[in-house]
Amino acid sequence: MALTNETIQAQLEAKFADQVATFSTADGMLSFESPAALNLKVMQYLFDELGFTFLSDLCGVHYPDNKGAELVVVYHLHNFVENIRLRYSIAVPVAQPDVFTASKLFEAANWMERETYDFFGINFIGHPNLKRILNVEEMDYFPMRKEFPLEDQTRIDKDDEMFGRG
Amino acid sequence: MRPVRFNIHPKEAEIADAISMAPAPDGIGGEGFFATQLSSVVGLARKNSLWPLPFATSCCGIEFMATMASHYDLSRFGSERVGFSPRQCDLLMVMGTISKKMGPVLRQVYLQMAEPRWVISVGACACSGGIFDTYSVLQGIDQVIPVDVYVPGCPPRPEAIIDGFMKIQDLVGQESIRRRNSDQYKELLNSYGIQ
Repeated sequence: MALTNETIQAQLEAKFADQVATFSTADGMLSFESPAALNLKVMQYLFDELGFTFLSDLCGVHYPDNKGAELVVVYHLHNFVENIRLRYSIAVPVAQPDVFTASKLFEAANWMERETYDFFGINFIGHPNLKRILNVEEMDYFPMRKEFPLEDQTRIDKDDEMFGRG
Repeated sequence: MRPVRFNIHPKEAEIADAISMAPAPDGIGGEGFFATQLSSVVGLARKNSLWPLPFATSCCGIEFMATMASHYDLSRFGSERVGFSPRQCDLLMVMGTISKKMGPVLRQVYLQMAEPRWVISVGACACSGGIFDTYSVLQGIDQVIPVDVYVPGCPPRPEAIIDGFMKIQDLVGQESIRRRNSDQYKELLNSYGIQ
């Protein structure tokens, strides 16, 4: 039986009942969410039973207005056999951004989780080497969180009038 | 018959036209002798045989390639020999965006160069961070190493790089041989945490 978005959704709901929610389809790609604690169980099920054996991408998102679920981790999974992709996300509070690492399941998650830690400060529990990968190691904040302005705050030669905000 | 538009009696090239001689410094000369300051002679020798060390990280490096190539030909100024070892080179040419993570690398390259050494910062990114006003980019390489000449532009044309190079030559030619031992110079290096 060919795998479609509908059959994937039906199988996930049969397995996890109401723990998986907010199914939607954007540009033909299925998206859904689950509680953060279930992330490994859901991905293991997708890996073993539905053939999603490839992690194409893993990234973070910061929604500062979603109180209690500010930080989101998004997994993009790919089934090579059926050539079908899906997007799976979990949300964690910014006060305690703990997520179980997927690096035991997908080797590719190792560096992508380090990058997500580097930019969003998500703490991947069980990661073998969770340290900064792209930014300087002395950096003491997570630059992609919304409370940090993009511009470098250390420069002193900038005249605000020149930038139209004097 | 040879078409008339070809000149069948080309002018012989004058060897004197092809040799470029650096002008002699001020001094007292006579038959068989010439007296001048040691600084001038050393400066003359240094400025006409600068060995550049290209530190090219982005598009300004492409302009530098054009500068080194036959059309603009930086070799005319005595810098035929582009070195890729900091030990051998006199002039560090920093061309391109230097991220904060690259800063210590650049600093180490500078520290590996032997005195006397000069630095030219080519392009808006190396001079000030340029358009990359962001958490990851060094806002000007003069935050980590002292710079002698800044070349603006995004990227600067090869003519601008050559102009900056000639400014360096002026500095080198006029520099006292005692400058590198002066307290002022040591203070400059100390302000960067060197020595």
